[in-house]
Amino acid sequence: MNQEKRTTMTLLITLVILLLSVSALGQQIGNPATQQGGTPPRGTYAIRNARIFPVSGPPIENGTVVIRDGKIEAVGAGVTIPSGAQQIDARGLSVYPGMIDAGTSMGLVEVGQGAPGTVDTTEVGEMNPNAKAIIAIHPHSAHIAVTRVDGVTSALSSPTGGLIAGQAALINLLGTTPQEMALIPQAALVMNFPRTSRRGGDFGSEQQPDANLSETLTANERQVEQIRKLLRDAEAYGRAQDAYAKDKSLPRMNLDIVLESLVPYVRGERPVILRADREAEIRGAVRFAEEMKLKPIILGGDDAWKVVNLLKEKNVPVILTGILNLPMREDDAYDTLYENASKLQQAGVRFCISSGNSGAAVRNLPLYAGMAAAFGLAKEEALKAVTLYPAQIMNVADRMGSLEPGKIANIVVTDGDLLEARTHVRYLFIDGRAVPLSSRHTELNDAFKGRK
Amino acid sequence: MKRSLARILATALLSALLSQPALAQQTQSPPQSTDTLIRNATILTITHGTLQNTDLLISKGKIAAIGKNLKAPDARVIDAAGRYVMPGIIDCHSHSMLDAINELTLAVTSMVRTGDVLNTTGAELYRELAGGTTTLNLLHGSGNPIGGLNTVVKIKPGRPLSEFLFPGATPGIKFALGENPKRSNSQVTPGTPRRYPATRMGVEEVIRDAFTRARDYQRGWAEYRASADQKGKIPPRRDLQLEPLVEVLEGKRFVHAHCYRSDEIVMLINIANEFGFKIKTFQHALEGYKVAKEIAQHGAGASVFADFWGYKIEAYDAIPHNAAILTRAGVVVSMNSDSDERARRLNIEAAKAIRYGDLTEEEALKLITINPALQLGIQSRVGSIEVGKDADLAIWTGHPLSVYSRVDTTFVDGVIFFDRQQDQARRAELQKERAQLEQAEPNRPGTGGRSPQTPRRRPSTNDDDDQWEGNQP
Repeated sequence: MNQEKRTTMTLLITLVILLLSVSALGQQIGNPATQQGGTPPRGTYAIRNARIFPVSGPPIENGTVVIRDGKIEAVGAGVTIPSGAQQIDARGLSVYPGMIDAGTSMGLVEVGQGAPGTVDTTEVGEMNPNAKAIIAIHPHSAHIAVTRVDGVTSALSSPTGGLIAGQAALINLLGTTPQEMALIPQAALVMNFPRTSRRGGDFGSEQQPDANLSETLTANERQVEQIRKLLRDAEAYGRAQDAYAKDKSLPRMNLDIVLESLVPYVRGERPVILRADREAEIRGAVRFAEEMKLKPIILGGDDAWKVVNLLKEKNVPVILTGILNLPMREDDAYDTLYENASKLQQAGVRFCISSGNSGAAVRNLPLYAGMAAAFGLAKEEALKAVTLYPAQIMNVADRMGSLEPGKIANIVVTDGDLLEARTHVRYLFIDGRAVPLSSRHTELNDAFKGRK
Repeated sequence: MKRSLARILATALLSALLSQPALAQQTQSPPQSTDTLIRNATILTITHGTLQNTDLLISKGKIAAIGKNLKAPDARVIDAAGRYVMPGIIDCHSHSMLDAINELTLAVTSMVRTGDVLNTTGAELYRELAGGTTTLNLLHGSGNPIGGLNTVVKIKPGRPLSEFLFPGATPGIKFALGENPKRSNSQVTPGTPRRYPATRMGVEEVIRDAFTRARDYQRGWAEYRASADQKGKIPPRRDLQLEPLVEVLEGKRFVHAHCYRSDEIVMLINIANEFGFKIKTFQHALEGYKVAKEIAQHGAGASVFADFWGYKIEAYDAIPHNAAILTRAGVVVSMNSDSDERARRLNIEAAKAIRYGDLTEEEALKLITINPALQLGIQSRVGSIEVGKDADLAIWTGHPLSVYSRVDTTFVDGVIFFDRQQDQARRAELQKERAQLEQAEPNRPGTGGRSPQTPRRRPSTNDDDDQWEGNQP
């Protein structure tokens, strides 16, 4: 194509876009290539005539959501549309807050098997409090666009190995640098609470009964003691640094970046995520957190339904990752884990639902919530469990998790129930930016579906 | 004396519980076939559309009648108003029941049979029934270019193994291409040589060599049989490795070929064409969408994952639109689990094909019913709701393509093998039994030392072929 033709073509396309109803927005925004030099700009948008699920309140029929400067400006039935707003006619469509998965390693692993160079989840050694996910999250991982085009707009990405795995980052699934993606770069300390049996993740080996129970328990106690000592050191370090800051006549302590990284966590200023699935592990983790005055969150929680009283009493929230796991024990009821969420909800335990997946399957998050809803959890609760509840547990509910004025405009527009496998996402906004609905998968689909 | 007797009794009780969890979870006596009238259901027939407010009569294990206001005075009546009935789900790629999956020592293991290592007591079977799944294609693993023989079963916990075997299912064999038969993701024991093949070139050569030998073997027998006077002639020596491959050449045995990349799919099509046999299904076929035309031309089917991708290099180009693209190209497509976990919710996996690629509801349901039936040669018995077919059905609380729906009752050959109400009714009793066993003296904590031995089983979380290689003890 020569230059002149190309210009004419561009003009034509622009005209067509202008003439088409705004329902073509999904196609007109941005370069369809999933790797872009820059993120799409923030704009002013009005999504009109939609069924709105604010999550924080009852659904609104025929409502409007206004997005401006990255934030939700207004939500409701009688909302004035600002002049100059790009309008989206969402008749027949539904508007939801973007989903949040608090149990992933998004961006830390691309291909788990056969490509170790793409795996950055696990540092060497047992104690790595200063390994920060935000350093290694790969903004151009194919997982990110694949996940967001199905309506998951934010994730907590956690390192996984050792006893203290490192620090998780809360990110939006959009951005050219990890910093652009970050909502909270250092959102939580992630700890694998010592356990008597191992239960694998995606491809891990399952529980291997330990040969000697008492030896295992002693070893666990030793590991807990190791963690305890490190946390106490961090407390002492923090006190010493504070004292020196007030009184320079005291002997100056050298900075220690490992202990330094732990200070906000041992002071309970930031949450500590403790991976624990079995009843004994969960009880142990809650007791340990209380003893050390941590701000705990349980990750995993397959047996949480057995520990509801303790979790309620200590106000410890749970990120449930195992709803679609096979039950741990052969004689567990077939729906033990499907029902877990419902039992926590009925007992008044704070919880959210996660895929527990490292990245590739995080897009299935709604189906985890849907399965919980098929087994006793009210539909509205299931929806909250992947939007508002993870936001509350990560202490960002003032910024996200529902459609309310002032919150970050992470918004999904669908042609049906957000949790149904068959539903299509029609429009997607992250941080008030209209995100094209393309991914590695849509591109491969486009490239090959017409091959004759 | 009394003490030790109690100890022995308690141990026996415990081991009985551990070895038969599936039995423990369902009815105590083997369920019996009763005529059943399901009334006022929405029936998803698969082959003849959706019937509203319709009755279905099960008699002698078969679907005896479908219609309005059916009468059956002696039948047990289930009112299914507001609920859905669909055929039992057929999983065309499973490793449930198998106490061994991969015979990894040779590149060609067509002499080994999954049918020799079936365990009828695993908890996974009951969990699968609870997800509406009634038929499984039990496949050998994917560690060999030519693997072992398959077994097609109906899930009938509590019944003898002979009743699991699906009568008339076409025998099959597992082939595998790519990283798994190359063994590229498995660790080699130091001091031992690597097994041939280690490249995709070698995989092709192993299959070519095996079929060359099979063809000669077939000729040997043909010549022997053709000779009018067989006196004094010595028949060829029976070769258990080549016999199944001759059956493949003669169209009597279906090839189910594990594959990922498009180039290796085309490679196998070329070999099959050259030797004059057909591939019945490409299993997984993650890049099938790139060569949908070639697969359709060959007449092969595809049995795919809904959206599983990226777990290894050869799975990096997998896309969830695969099932739809292949369907549109005219390929018979099924959606399989390859996992005791996913086998419990293949309905949701099928629903994903509506999101990705816009299949219709009926097309999506076919992926887990009549299409896998066609791929296993059992379409005259199961896969749709038609008079005369086996009564392998499930009653769902809502449309089975909805995540909010679950199974209430599952029938196999007209017998209820899963019923949610019964299941829930027995829970308190089972819990009590468990508590008693835990209090039995040999199981009390505090004695220190070794914990009681638990039976060693294969891990059940994720049976994906890719995990299976090399992780076997």
